[in-house]
Amino acid sequence: MIIEYVGVKEINGSLVVIDGVKGASYEEIVDIRLENGTTRQGRVVQIEGDRIVVQVFEGTRDVSLDNTSTRLTGHPMEMPLSPEIVGRILDGAGRPIDGLGDIYPVTKRDINGTAINPVSRIYPRNYINTGISSIDTLSTLIRGQKLPIFSGSGMKHNELAVQIVRQAKIQGADEHNFGVVFAAMGVKNDVADYFRRSFEEAGVMQRVVMLLNLSNDPIIERTLTPRCALTVAEYLAFELNMHILVIMTDMTSYAEALREFSSSKGEIPGRKGYPGYLYSDLASMYERAGMIKGSTGSVTQIPILTMPNDDITHPVPDLTGYITEGQIVLDRGLQAQGIYPPVNVLPSLSRLMKDGIGDGFTRADHAALSNQLFASYAKVIDARSLASVIGEEELSDTDKKYIEFGRLFEQTFVNQGFDENRSIDQSLDLGWKLLSTLPRAELDRVDDSMLDKYYQAT
Amino acid sequence: MANVIYGVNGPVVTVKAAKEFSMMEMVYVGKERLVGEVIGITADLTTIQCYENTTGLKPGDPIEGTHTQMNLLLGPGILDNIFDGIERPLAEIEKEVGAFINRGSSVSPLDTEREWDVTVTVKVGDMLEGGAVYATVPETAIITHKLMVHPYLSGKVTAVKPDGKYKLHDTIVTIEDKYGNNHELTLCQRWPIRTPRPVRNRLTPTVPLITGQRVIDTLFPISKGGTAAIPGGFGTGKTMTQHQLAKWCDADIIVYVGCGERGNEMSQVLQEFSELIDPKTGRPMTDRTTLIANTSNMPVAAREASIYTGITLAEYYRDMGYDVAIMADSTSRWAEALREISGRLEEMPAEEGFPAYLPSRLSEFYERAGRADVLSGSQGSVTIIGAVSPQGSDFSEPVTQNTKRFTRCFWALDKSLAYARHYPAINWNDSYSEYFTDLDPWYVKNCGADFVELRSGISALLQEENRLMEIVKLIGSDVLPDDQKLIIEIAKLVRVGFLQQNAYHKEDTYVPLEKQKLMMKTILHLYERSKAVIAENIPLNRIRETGLFEKVTKIKYDIPNDHLEMFDEYLADIDEKITAILG
Repeated sequence: MIIEYVGVKEINGSLVVIDGVKGASYEEIVDIRLENGTTRQGRVVQIEGDRIVVQVFEGTRDVSLDNTSTRLTGHPMEMPLSPEIVGRILDGAGRPIDGLGDIYPVTKRDINGTAINPVSRIYPRNYINTGISSIDTLSTLIRGQKLPIFSGSGMKHNELAVQIVRQAKIQGADEHNFGVVFAAMGVKNDVADYFRRSFEEAGVMQRVVMLLNLSNDPIIERTLTPRCALTVAEYLAFELNMHILVIMTDMTSYAEALREFSSSKGEIPGRKGYPGYLYSDLASMYERAGMIKGSTGSVTQIPILTMPNDDITHPVPDLTGYITEGQIVLDRGLQAQGIYPPVNVLPSLSRLMKDGIGDGFTRADHAALSNQLFASYAKVIDARSLASVIGEEELSDTDKKYIEFGRLFEQTFVNQGFDENRSIDQSLDLGWKLLSTLPRAELDRVDDSMLDKYYQAT
Repeated sequence: MANVIYGVNGPVVTVKAAKEFSMMEMVYVGKERLVGEVIGITADLTTIQCYENTTGLKPGDPIEGTHTQMNLLLGPGILDNIFDGIERPLAEIEKEVGAFINRGSSVSPLDTEREWDVTVTVKVGDMLEGGAVYATVPETAIITHKLMVHPYLSGKVTAVKPDGKYKLHDTIVTIEDKYGNNHELTLCQRWPIRTPRPVRNRLTPTVPLITGQRVIDTLFPISKGGTAAIPGGFGTGKTMTQHQLAKWCDADIIVYVGCGERGNEMSQVLQEFSELIDPKTGRPMTDRTTLIANTSNMPVAAREASIYTGITLAEYYRDMGYDVAIMADSTSRWAEALREISGRLEEMPAEEGFPAYLPSRLSEFYERAGRADVLSGSQGSVTIIGAVSPQGSDFSEPVTQNTKRFTRCFWALDKSLAYARHYPAINWNDSYSEYFTDLDPWYVKNCGADFVELRSGISALLQEENRLMEIVKLIGSDVLPDDQKLIIEIAKLVRVGFLQQNAYHKEDTYVPLEKQKLMMKTILHLYERSKAVIAENIPLNRIRETGLFEKVTKIKYDIPNDHLEMFDEYLADIDEKITAILG
């Protein structure tokens, strides 16, 4: 017999409290029927004896103390999955909104997933060629990695993400096995539309699963969106052996939704009002990237987040950086100079890069070259700050060469067209060409045999 | 009446009106028997933190007490193994349930079926005190596992099995305590994770932990039995530094705790350590290593426990007389787990939301390091090297500040060094070591009296450079007089040629002390001789033209670790070229 509980005891934000409930289990999904005939879903977030706290995904508008009847479903939040899900457009909680009907489930999965056993992980080492010099050469993206883009409002992170999706090449026989899961959390309608259009133009729409929670959609649904997306990604990657690139934008909106939920629950806030468990919560999503034994697929994540006030020490980018394997940082100053993609190479980093490049993957000189580019560009910054004090004229000859190198590096190496797809050889050769504008003695990260081969004295 | 669940909130589970639980008692929660620990008791409500995901628990599910504290099974099979935060064997769990960890696993931490070669070292009639060794087992090719009487037990041996092959729970020795009770000693024992194992008495640390990393061994050394903190924002190379230390330091046993860190990193450690051959023994590194992996998406309460699990394993091997080093990466994740659970308990927060007991927990942990006369009659040590991940890369936050109070080495990683790919990015101005006075006699005895002088010479140069750079930042380096330009030039040589070390270079990844000393000597020799040139008012450029600076910078790559006699040629070359300039 299914018991329905009529009415609620308390309403607070998106939370309702129901008394006298028997046998509710933690994180169980409940159906809430309103008198006007509409149904909403909710999740049990706290139990105290027979009193439960339910988080209503669609919000509590129109709910009063006595116009609801609630039913326990007996299972946690699950996502219906089938191979046909590829090419579909879903809402933030995983329900189809493209008018093509329901997804007939082959299997169902708990959207929270379970942790991958560290022993079962395969250490990712194969790189993904994005065709973007600043990423391929200096912060190489590796299959199975989580590499976020740290951006700010008004910067070109969406364009960069689209360009990566369009150009990303997985070499070898796996090429046709490549798919994209796109999760939008609290993005504007225009942005979601931009992504959809771009995917269509690039002819990749039939391998994309889109989950859209737009900025006017309920915030509680927003906290489910990335989990639904990753559940789809894990299914496609680990059961259907596909290589899945997951793009999640915007993680800051997600974190804000979580903060809103946490404060309405009356939890003790941590930094900037975000809940103390923000790190664990973000990790439970980011850590779902990887490759596992017994499957040839992979889940690669590119979360995009806008840093409030461009502040990299804000809790969301800060905690993200501690979990992810590196980051691509965009810079407003570069964008103002018309440089696209405005990648600030110094704070950008790919932790998995060192084992996925070099002989057998990219080219033997890759590691030395990227080291030297980083070191030399760091000196450019020193020279610039000195020039801003004493003027460029007063700089030593070497420092002047660095200033010139920095200009060329930004204008020709970092800067590249939205449609320009550079091969890894092109990017590396360009790097050597730029380094050759510096005196050979300044290149202290490269050994002589390599300099003999690549340094082109002018 | 059986105890049942009353409420659930995240990892915190409550029980109403239960009397028989004690603080820190281990309990089984729910039908799947998830492991939990009692963390709060009032007359009305008992609070339990659950080490596994609590989804699906409901009021009325059973809770079962165990009447013991959270404890570990200690015995052969710990090395060359990987556990989660509460000592569950991850490789066995994989065999049982596949790539994703499910809940309620009840696999024994150590292999109970494997047969070990036991050599009994006592005979009937012997008196055994707590901690005494009664048998040995070759655990791996290089480590002999000593089976010790439980520290709180003692008595006379009444029965002994012959040497041979035994399983983990087989009885080998029987002893009778002073009350006439018999105790059967097997290959294993249990110990609660939050209680330090006792020692006979603590010793002053006087021997350095040699790491082969120049900036650590010479400028900021750590002793065996010492404590060090490695704070640094993300991307500054904390994990990389920890890996280097785990690979190369001269401890007998390494306990590596991945506490709330990345899964891919742990699989890298697993892979690298099994491929890497220890040059001293010719065996894979895994033979002397045990890994504790509690990645960031595994339950938060187990993350809190993982640090204690690690230190307890370390103490167990210390008691056998080994030098153990424990790498905790990262202690901030552990502090955050404390904060998270404290928040769920609605405790009054102190600084930044961390509970007020954060400093006392940190000091309890770091105080478990040390060198000591152990109960088994020899000497052992536990060295703790803890990474700290400061929020927003701000060293003034509570975890960094409190860690600083309880550790004696501080290796501050620096963002701008990391951006310039200067690794290890240990900032020489912010870092310190308090072990100099304890360790100097060792250095004098083993590396010669000049080692300490050379080190002072190098630090003085770096400090002088730091001062000069303040001026250079304002007016540029061109206007400095030549003697100061020389200091800047030599300091650059120290930074690039000495402090910077390439972990991926065959010769440079580990550098013996002797070579470190000769490198310092060569650099300072060049400095002294160049000073003579400047004193004659000969421009610095004349020395630059000789290419000596570049040549000395590349010593780290050009002189192999086993051809230290080549340094003589370098010194002679410096003399020759400088003499030529002086005419």
